Amino acid sequence: MQVDIKTTSVTQLRNTFSHVARRLGSDKAASRYQEATFDLQSTANFHYRPLWQPELALYDIRRTQIEMKDWYAFRDPRQYYYGSYTMARARQQEVVEKNIEFVEKRGLLRDLSEMQRSALIFALVPLRHVEWGANLNNCYITAYGYGTAITQATMFHAMDRLGLAQYLSRIGLQLDGNRGDSLAKGHVLWLEHAAWQDLRRLVERLMVTKDWFELFVAQNLVLDGLLHPLIFQHHERRVSAEHGPALSLLTEFMTNWFNESARWVDATIKTAAAESPANEALLCGWIVDYRKAANEALAPYASAAFGHDADTALAQIDAAFETRVAKLGLEPADEAV
Amino acid sequence: MNDATQDFVFIALQTNDDTRSIIEAIANDNPNAQINRYPAMVKIDAPGRLVVRRSSVEELIGRAFDLRELHVNLISLSGNIDESDDEFVLHWNKN
Repeated sequence: MQVDIKTTSVTQLRNTFSHVARRLGSDKAASRYQEATFDLQSTANFHYRPLWQPELALYDIRRTQIEMKDWYAFRDPRQYYYGSYTMARARQQEVVEKNIEFVEKRGLLRDLSEMQRSALIFALVPLRHVEWGANLNNCYITAYGYGTAITQATMFHAMDRLGLAQYLSRIGLQLDGNRGDSLAKGHVLWLEHAAWQDLRRLVERLMVTKDWFELFVAQNLVLDGLLHPLIFQHHERRVSAEHGPALSLLTEFMTNWFNESARWVDATIKTAAAESPANEALLCGWIVDYRKAANEALAPYASAAFGHDADTALAQIDAAFETRVAKLGLEPADEAV
Repeated sequence: MNDATQDFVFIALQTNDDTRSIIEAIANDNPNAQINRYPAMVKIDAPGRLVVRRSSVEELIGRAFDLRELHVNLISLSGNIDESDDEFVLHWNKN
């Protein structure tokens, strides 16, 4: 008897969902990111108006002054959807945990002198409250923003900020030998120390900013764009020049994370600005306002943490920020100074 | 092997979510390549030379890509391999 082995191939009738195919122009295979993003948010058949804001619908484009023809134009260049985001962060977290263990085992931060430890607690631990504010602000953007393309990314960003706050707390615990007094001390510094009050005022002002896209610009582009390089590049370099690279092991994630997120923040701002001159004018206005506010808020902190070098450090990060904004095709720089 | 078959190089990859962008990148970078889809396999034939560019794949997947990741989903290939950090090239050495 002879057996013929044949392969039978079954070709699928459709490669992706119709709403995704309409966006791609034809029914071709779509990436997971596209399928997990496009047109997911409900747009119609809302039976009730929200009781807390009856003049607007549950999801409403009028919660920001920014106008977009297509709210799904905000593609995330990192293509994060739930799966790819969690896998990427889980891998990074393994590295961070190893680094923390390394520092812990050798007591690299615990064994610094009392003075050095309290300088680090002063410079870093209150920052966890700033990160928590950033978490809250990105939750707000997620809640009131429009379109899954931007709101899913801001939700991931919100979780990132909670993670950063936790890593900062872990640095505090490294410094106080797991007793937790550094966190209590950080809280008092945040509430009472003069060097932190301007920054706290700005963070609290952002918490009551109503326009969610304005908040996105203020928090994710401007404040982070100035604060993160100041602390995790300039301050970190200073510390490692003085005490060796123990702290750098613990802030490596923050540095990588900032560069990665900046790609997404930049792409989002660029998309909004390219949409219309009206958007561009709004964005420029917000950047000018918040850049001034953020620079002022950082000045007392910088002079406490950097001493005589504060002005140089601030000037350098502000110049780097200006270059970044110019790359986005926005030119608010001149009016700022 | 006759001349006609010798002129062709090929790369065969599993059909899955990871390779979709790699195949798209190869298709964009090699206009002469012919893409044959089989059950669970995509075989790409190209006359003389076929290149996989890291930058093109990265653009499509939105993250850093190491060309060695290719081997996870690689079924087979033919041709002399010239591999660098930026390009994975299949070609025939002609004397």
